[in-house]
Amino acid sequence: MIDLANIRALAAKELRDALRNRWFIVFTVAFAGLALALSAFTQPSGMQMRAMSFSRTAASLVNLVLLFVPLIGLTLGSANLAGDRETGALTYLLAQPVSRTEVLVGKYLGLAGALLATLMLGYGAAGVTMALQGSIQDAGRYLLTALLAYLVGLAMLSLGFLLSTLARKTAVALGGALFLWLFFVFIGDLGIMGTTVSMHLPIGTVFLIAIINPLQMFKIASILILQASLDVLGPAGLYATDQFGGALLPMLLLGLLLWIVLPLLAAIFLFSHQEGLILKARA
Amino acid sequence: MIIARNLTKRYGKLTALDDVSFTIQAGESVALWGANGAGKTTALRCLLGIHGFEGELSINGVDVRKHGKAARAAIGYVPQETIFYDMSVLETLDFYAHLKKAKVERIAAVLEQVQLGGHSAKRVNALSGGMKQRLALAVALLADPPVLILDEPTANLDVQAQRDFVHTVQSLNQAGKTVVFSSHRLDEVIALGSRVLVLTDGRLALECPPRELAQRLGLHRWLRIWVPEDQREATIALFDREGYTYMPNGRSVYVQISHGGKLAPLRSLELANVTIEDFDLIEGELIVQDERHD
Repeated sequence: MIDLANIRALAAKELRDALRNRWFIVFTVAFAGLALALSAFTQPSGMQMRAMSFSRTAASLVNLVLLFVPLIGLTLGSANLAGDRETGALTYLLAQPVSRTEVLVGKYLGLAGALLATLMLGYGAAGVTMALQGSIQDAGRYLLTALLAYLVGLAMLSLGFLLSTLARKTAVALGGALFLWLFFVFIGDLGIMGTTVSMHLPIGTVFLIAIINPLQMFKIASILILQASLDVLGPAGLYATDQFGGALLPMLLLGLLLWIVLPLLAAIFLFSHQEGLILKARA
Repeated sequence: MIIARNLTKRYGKLTALDDVSFTIQAGESVALWGANGAGKTTALRCLLGIHGFEGELSINGVDVRKHGKAARAAIGYVPQETIFYDMSVLETLDFYAHLKKAKVERIAAVLEQVQLGGHSAKRVNALSGGMKQRLALAVALLADPPVLILDEPTANLDVQAQRDFVHTVQSLNQAGKTVVFSSHRLDEVIALGSRVLVLTDGRLALECPPRELAQRLGLHRWLRIWVPEDQREATIALFDREGYTYMPNGRSVYVQISHGGKLAPLRSLELANVTIEDFDLIEGELIVQDERHD
């Protein structure tokens, strides 16, 4: 039986720890600073320019999210359980009247709260700046992209926790997290481009392979929300609009939710069943 | 009451606990004794339900395998070295109080009980080893559990901190708490335990009162004496001549001593002009039993 009070206590502790974590603060300040700079350096004048400024700032924020948020989510998640296991703190925690599922879920929710704080700061700073400039055209669309950024952050956090469950050492978990980050941000795209050129894949296949990557899901969903059209993606965008029409955005949202839920469930299952990976050392 | 029946724990091909059965009555203080790797910590972690195991294990009627969380609610646990999160003493107790469903008012009481009342605002990392172990005991006592499980709790403490800790645990046992602890130290087992379970290679080899342990196991006190390399042969010859039981070990020599006879071999070495670089008193170490020279 899951005890919500235990989950709440663990989540509160994790949130407090994350907000005191030096690296988390550096990431958050950098993200918020860059988001603020992006919005501040766009100086709109006239109605049309204001609209362009909003789209440009929101699109720049999407690119910023693509770099920063996965890195924060993956590193926060991967260092968590592995770090506790390495120091021995996890054994002591598990000796308390808590279940392993409560421990993992509590920790996850705490870090999810920390991630939310980062995004609220970044998107909030940029949003306030745009509002002051009078360039924010549609607060609803802006908030939707912020929500998408949060979903992709949670997906990366889930993957980070999965790595943390599998790795015995923090360094290994962090190494895995950096590899995944590089893969999703750079290598994945390059791989698809190379495969497409060498194997002459049809455009539909290219699109489906691309959207397996949660970052691509976030990017395409954000473009749909901000511009209501995928023309900027070229033939793949046209194909997607033609094939899926209005169902594309819900499909992408569902995809992101699956990227959150499936790795998290896998992490919970492994954490609950792989005893050898839970303890620091055998007695 | 703690009941273990045919408790077995395997790590792949290694059997850490092999068909161990015991019963511990409420209010008893029972020591687990054994060399490193004998299975003491494994047994304690099975009691906590952290390890999976074969056999049956119950604490106050609660099946540890099926209801590990409920079993842990009846236990206060102090490990050899407690790793706390980076919080203040008060935050730490507050966090664990929530997990243990203890009333927040208990925090002040347990802090006083372990004499940490004046340190509540300190960061845990700023505490000494002895204070950290007292904090671990405070955490263990938060929910006023009927059972305390202590895994070599004084191993990293200085002599005074060891005595203080043992005294506190003695008081808790006298107040009715069941205490299960592991230790390497004969004096600690005698001071704290009412019964000893001796584990050897994961098996329960012996069960006896603490005062019989030394005699039953043939444990002795040893002095480990460090002498210069060029005086090692002279030292061995001297101990041979004077009929000591001894065992050379690297730059040191273990020599068996009787109670009250600690100074005798040191005096003999001094009279023979052997330089004593250092010495240490070893209480009942099992590792030297098979290799001694008679």
